[in-house]
Amino acid sequence: MSADGAALGARLRERDLSAAPAALNLLESTTPADREQSARLLREVSPAALGAEAPGHVIGVTGPPGAGKSTLLSALLGSWRDDGKTVAMLAVDPSSRRSGGSLLGDRARIDFDPADRGVLIRSTAAGERLGGLAWATRAAAQALAAAFDVVVIETVGVGQGETEIADLADTVAVVVQPGSGDVLQFLKSGITEIPDVLVVTKADLGQIAMRTRRDLSAALRSLGASSTPVLAVSSLSPPSGIDELVQALSEHRSGLDIPARRLQARRAGALTDFAVEHGERGLRALGGRRAAAALLDAQPPDLEVPALLAVLEQALG
Amino acid sequence: MRTYAGHSTAKASNELYRRNLEKGQTGLSVAFDLPTQTGYDPDDELARGEVGKVGVSISHRGDMAALMDGIPLAEMNTSMTINATAAWLLALYIVAAEDQGVSQEQLQGTTQNDIVKEFLARGTYAFPPAPSMRLIADMIAYTVEHVPKWNPINICSYHLQEAGATPVQEIAYAMSDAIAVLDAVRERVPPDRVEQVFGRISFFVNAGVRFVEEHAKLRAMSILWEELGRERYGVEDPRHLRFRYGVQVNSLGLTEAQPENNVQRIVLETLAVTLGRDARARAIQLPAWNEALGLPRPWDQQWSLRIQQVLAFETDILDYPDIFTGSEVMEGLVAEMLEGARAEMAVVAEHGGAVEAVPYMKAAMVDSQRERIRRIESGAQVVVGQNRFTESEVSPLTADAEGGILVVDPALEAEQIEAVRQWRSQRDQDAVDAALAALAALAREQHGGENLMIGTIAAARAGATTGEWARTLRGVFGSYRAPTGVGEASAAPADAELSELRGEVSRLTEQLGRRPKILVGKPGLDGHSNGAEQIAVRARDSGMDVVYEGIRLTPEQIASSALQEGVHVIGLSILSGSHRELIPAVIDALQRAGVTVPVVVGGIIPEQDVAMLERAGVAAVYTPKDFDITQIMRDIVRLVGAEAEASANGSEGVQVNGSAAVKGPASAHGSA
Repeated sequence: MSADGAALGARLRERDLSAAPAALNLLESTTPADREQSARLLREVSPAALGAEAPGHVIGVTGPPGAGKSTLLSALLGSWRDDGKTVAMLAVDPSSRRSGGSLLGDRARIDFDPADRGVLIRSTAAGERLGGLAWATRAAAQALAAAFDVVVIETVGVGQGETEIADLADTVAVVVQPGSGDVLQFLKSGITEIPDVLVVTKADLGQIAMRTRRDLSAALRSLGASSTPVLAVSSLSPPSGIDELVQALSEHRSGLDIPARRLQARRAGALTDFAVEHGERGLRALGGRRAAAALLDAQPPDLEVPALLAVLEQALG
Repeated sequence: MRTYAGHSTAKASNELYRRNLEKGQTGLSVAFDLPTQTGYDPDDELARGEVGKVGVSISHRGDMAALMDGIPLAEMNTSMTINATAAWLLALYIVAAEDQGVSQEQLQGTTQNDIVKEFLARGTYAFPPAPSMRLIADMIAYTVEHVPKWNPINICSYHLQEAGATPVQEIAYAMSDAIAVLDAVRERVPPDRVEQVFGRISFFVNAGVRFVEEHAKLRAMSILWEELGRERYGVEDPRHLRFRYGVQVNSLGLTEAQPENNVQRIVLETLAVTLGRDARARAIQLPAWNEALGLPRPWDQQWSLRIQQVLAFETDILDYPDIFTGSEVMEGLVAEMLEGARAEMAVVAEHGGAVEAVPYMKAAMVDSQRERIRRIESGAQVVVGQNRFTESEVSPLTADAEGGILVVDPALEAEQIEAVRQWRSQRDQDAVDAALAALAALAREQHGGENLMIGTIAAARAGATTGEWARTLRGVFGSYRAPTGVGEASAAPADAELSELRGEVSRLTEQLGRRPKILVGKPGLDGHSNGAEQIAVRARDSGMDVVYEGIRLTPEQIASSALQEGVHVIGLSILSGSHRELIPAVIDALQRAGVTVPVVVGGIIPEQDVAMLERAGVAAVYTPKDFDITQIMRDIVRLVGAEAEASANGSEGVQVNGSAAVKGPASAHGSA
């Protein structure tokens, strides 16, 4: 028996945070009945239903294991809550390829008050799909952005294949720890897209943290991206750099054309979903990827992803 | 000769100690309850259900005075199983001695004080690693000057083996731990004291039933220790170079099934640490035969004491010089252990030493433990009475329906809460406030400040409580969550059983629309997380999504996580005996949060409590006799499947907050 997607979507639209866990249960489900309800849910939180883009700031936070993401997120969470902002965090963990199962340990590493109704933390497994993002994460981010002030999507890894996070977040922050040369190399070689904000953790390490920060700034300059801020933070007491980071994230967002970025994200998402469902053959039937993209571009800008997917599937006949 | 004891109140423990001393016991071994071990007062939210449970509750100098009442502290040798709060408990002991007119110079005994193994195995830490190390270094520096007969630290490899470490891992991690401690103390004492500090460090090791190998392990440890003293710390005096260790024989191998077999296991394990004189234990603690069932009674403890007395006074074990000298087999075994341990110590050093290598060591031990359990499951490792020779006559020892264990009176917690509140209301509050403020200031000094023991003793003398002392330091040091090791644990090789289970999980995934998701966690203060970790790893290996929450969770935290994560089932583990209070509290919190998924419980749960938990709404209870984890997984998968079925078919699949809710936990089991 499926949950009522339209009702859940309406509650989220009215910023009823208590609807979020059930909404996520539904959005993660793959049964046909649930998929249909999911589409209804997303329609209720679409720009068309909201009359504008969802108000929440969707922030992607990514970085290699051990970079200190959880500690950083704990500090950010505290800062946002102090400002009265509601926060949803989607922690995406890599799954075990062999069994399909996964250990989702992030929740235990993030400090928060379990009695605080303004915080939601949800762990999901990346599943078998490349890109490091659970397939339902995009839908979840869109739905939660209707209800929460800040939606964080935390993923593991830097390198190939997590460009997807850039497709769904308004702002992408890459977190590195001092002395990690990988990120530098990935940036230089173009494997990693240039993030909106770079964060060097463990600033308490002093010298080495400062050097990492300098190296990253230099690399960004040489790539013509000197406007990307590089911030050093320390979550150890006394914490430093957290306020500046909150500020930088928020400034990045104010400088964005949110409707354009999200519209592009939704269209890219629909195309990805279509390719997953119908493969290259499906795309060819539509006249190729470019033709499919053109078809999407011709649609009204306030359609949600399932509606866009439906357009493509109709064109398939 | 002593037995590990201490429970409920200071007064009750004091009576027990006096009885044991009369029976010929020559020292005291004090066990503290979990709130005391982790730095919480009885009236703290986290202490619920744990007060007086696994040991005595000591909140302040008044409690310590009552615990030691009539026991001559100038002559007594007191061993305290205390770690994160060791500095505090030693301070209270020093103050109690002052009250008796005994000066600190005369005190003899041991505080366990080994924090690395708390992060790795036992979970009763209070502060983050670096400040914990500072507290330990300060305490060692203090005792070397002022309490010279005290053994300030007892490096515990014991718990590492309990958590699954192989003999090689046990040696390597214990030695690496000792290096981390010694390096920290070296910075806090004058250079000419280092030799003395080295000489005061003792070990607490484990002895398993493979007692030949275990004896070789101890010989290898003596060799490594002496080498470390000479080469790293420049120790020359042979007395200081001696590897001194106490031992508790293995509890991990003790079984709930046919518990009488534990008696012969204990005897054989004792041989591991007594047979060869060159590596003989200085002190031995034996667990009770029925430890796997719950807290032992005085009679059970007497039996353990008698085992030691028979060995010491009836056998000829102590009559000969070392009986393994010249044995090729023993020398070969020792060489093998040394080689393995040195290699593993090098890996730890590469990680930056024992403190930095905690996540690595933890993950390695979770892996070893998983291997051990799989060997028992497959029958490759025989455990008599458990996976072989399981048929049994009715046992006259456990046939009594009351169960052969001691149960702590639940009213005791309320009394202790009342008592600590009364204590606070009757003391000189200004003196306490001043002492705690001074302690905080001391803690804030980064380097070379005054010894933290000074401020700690002053706070103890002023009448501060355990919770206040710890809260003051947490305020400066911050709190901490240790790594769980489960995330890094490697995937199990798929045998036929596991593959079949994965098939079932796949079918369930189709039925549910998403992967079955399980929340695994430990409510309360009990930090023995091995069981929960193994369940989490196996659930992952079976194909489930596992939210592993770790230790020290309040019922509200569990309920909030279950709701937010949208889990299908919840697995809780408790070994401290506080399931009677905590499990119903969790179920209550779940109901208040509108979460109605089934709850399964694992731990040391006496038979007579199972029905009570099921009445409270628990779907299934697992105890140490359920050693087959794959079977537990199968049960859980079927439980979730049955719930989904019921929700799909029946009108009972009501929409709670819009989720496809399953039936109430009270009826969960019946529908399976």
